[in-house]
Amino acid sequence: MASVQGGHEVGEAMSETASEGASTTATAVVPLLAASGINKSFGPVHVLHNVDFNVFPGTVTALIGDNGAGKSTLIKCIAGIYGMDTGSIRFDGDEVHIASPRDAAELGIKVVYQDLALCDNLDIVQNMFLGREIVRRGMLDEHAMETAARETLASLSVRTVKSVRQPVSSLSGGQRQTVAIAKAVLGKSKLVVLDEPTAALGVAQTEQVLELVRRLAASGVGVVLISHNMNDVLEVADRVCAMYLGRIAADISTGTGVKRETLVELITSGRSGSHGLVDGLVG
Amino acid sequence: MTTTENTPDAGQPPAGVSQALSDFSLDQQQNSLSDVVRASIARLKSGDLGSVPAVLAIVALVAIFGFSRPDSFLSLLNFANFLDQASSVIVIAMAVTFVLLLGDIDLSAGFTAGVSAAVLATRLQDGWPLAASLFAAFGVALVLGLFTGFMVAKVGIPSFVVTLANVLLFQGILLLIVRDGGSVRIDNDFINNVVGGTLSPTQSWIVAVLGLGLYGLSQVRRQRLSYGAMPMSLVAIRLAAGAVLVAVVTYLLNQNRAFASAPEPITGMPIVIPAIAILVVVLSFVLDRLRYGRFLYAVGGNREAARRAGINIKWVEWSAFVCTAMVAAIGGIFLASRVNSVDSNTGANDTLLLAVGAAVIGGTSLFGGRGRMINAVLGGLVLALIPNGLGLIGKTEIFGWEVDFSSSGVKFICSGLALLVASSVDALSRKRTA
Repeated sequence: MASVQGGHEVGEAMSETASEGASTTATAVVPLLAASGINKSFGPVHVLHNVDFNVFPGTVTALIGDNGAGKSTLIKCIAGIYGMDTGSIRFDGDEVHIASPRDAAELGIKVVYQDLALCDNLDIVQNMFLGREIVRRGMLDEHAMETAARETLASLSVRTVKSVRQPVSSLSGGQRQTVAIAKAVLGKSKLVVLDEPTAALGVAQTEQVLELVRRLAASGVGVVLISHNMNDVLEVADRVCAMYLGRIAADISTGTGVKRETLVELITSGRSGSHGLVDGLVG
Repeated sequence: MTTTENTPDAGQPPAGVSQALSDFSLDQQQNSLSDVVRASIARLKSGDLGSVPAVLAIVALVAIFGFSRPDSFLSLLNFANFLDQASSVIVIAMAVTFVLLLGDIDLSAGFTAGVSAAVLATRLQDGWPLAASLFAAFGVALVLGLFTGFMVAKVGIPSFVVTLANVLLFQGILLLIVRDGGSVRIDNDFINNVVGGTLSPTQSWIVAVLGLGLYGLSQVRRQRLSYGAMPMSLVAIRLAAGAVLVAVVTYLLNQNRAFASAPEPITGMPIVIPAIAILVVVLSFVLDRLRYGRFLYAVGGNREAARRAGINIKWVEWSAFVCTAMVAAIGGIFLASRVNSVDSNTGANDTLLLAVGAAVIGGTSLFGGRGRMINAVLGGLVLALIPNGLGLIGKTEIFGWEVDFSSSGVKFICSGLALLVASSVDALSRKRTA
């Protein structure tokens, strides 16, 4: 099958990244997350084919691909929302089994979903601590949560929120995204996955969020950025993983001066120049 | 955090983290009373009306009925009687608040109350001690709640359908317990005094002072934790208003309110007042101060967000139906206590509809995620005021038409209209905040 050849090419692309990274110290370290050989089917539909996916600490890895390429499915496998059919995940060097979102959260894997997953009826503090409230003597410790929420937002240099007790329903799209990211960062997070964080935002708000993404990586967190916006990807990503029909088509470093067109071709046809799957795919 | 000033610095902000912290200007601000008033008005304008419509409705209804029937409606006897009338609806409204917060509904809460009351009454009649009888009643409520919760959370049937079936199921159980057309008398003084009983004047004052003291403590504590967002003057005003209200009400209720021809005087605070106050405090504590309460709001606000936050949604939903059933059982005690007996109509007819209506009129949303226990009390008062006041107005001529306000028809229509207005407010304010 063509995918075997494809897999070979992917291997080459990755080794290219590795040799590239050897000169800098950032990518020379062990991957924070190393998913290998992931397969996932929904009934007769084979969505992920032998996917290998690495994330390094302190870097932004962009995950790109057309609708239906399998980005979300891959992320949901890593986040414990879907089980994988085959494949293994190493996190921080250890083989891990992620069976539920709770397992993922305990490892420090946090996902900020496209549809935000905030409760409109709760305020910022309540949303940030949802599911991991600070409890003292059996009661919610609002004071401690409020302080921690304010400190987390401050550490991300968030300037757009006036009060941490505002209900989320009163926030703008950018502010909501900020809260969602701050929620993901709160506590011991090692890997933060952002699913289309700028999709619904205006220009200024997009800038704010991208800046936040940079700061996040600078603090040592491994960041995965799913995006359809190539400008965003080129602006913040250190590495780009392109998916095509359920396979990783390319895994390249942006340090080499990747062009926008290359990424677009990878998304639409799975290959571009020396990058990508060799034969395309047999339908 | 320790370096943060409480007041926003007009000059140059300090560097680093404290610079960013000082950006949360609203949190750091020392609010004055007028700031607080302005903030509340802004919140009202944004569509978050809370229980304000219910309070306005109570004021308006008291004004209308008090103006048209000052001697009967405003009498102390009617005031105490009206509280007794409202009590069972209020308790069952608090019960359904648990499932309403999730966006679910429990149409069978009335019959859950009825069945529990029937179990209690029959156990007492069989000579069981009070504690054992109560244990049996709450045990049955627990089983009913577990059953409903299982059907909704685990089997996945919409709560409307499950509890619609339960209406028939539980009514059947109730009929089997009390036997067709039968009625079970209750001779236990403790149960009979819950609704209709009064404290002695001394006890009334003790309860009043105790309640006021606890209210004061909670207010002062909130002020301390609010970083000055809640001005001390507001605490003072609230406490003063509370003290005056409680003192006046307690004083009035300690006067004799029996008819002149009555053989014995009636004095003292009706027991339902402290009983409902304790329920409100305990259940509000569950909703506001426990993780479990936060989970209820989260699941009702955004089920998917709650699930992704690691909250066990099925467990929350299941347990909410159990909470509803257990509190409904307390409502059953109130129902039975009012008439000192249980029959096949206990908790039947409009009990449940009034309870859900009370919660919604008080400001609890049928769409889930919004609501408080105090809403059930306020809404319950509105729904009890309407028939009470209309009944006292009786036959009146309006624009040449003779209308009998004390007829059930007029009462139902007015209660229905009140519910419609309340749910319109709910739907419209939802539109506005969305």
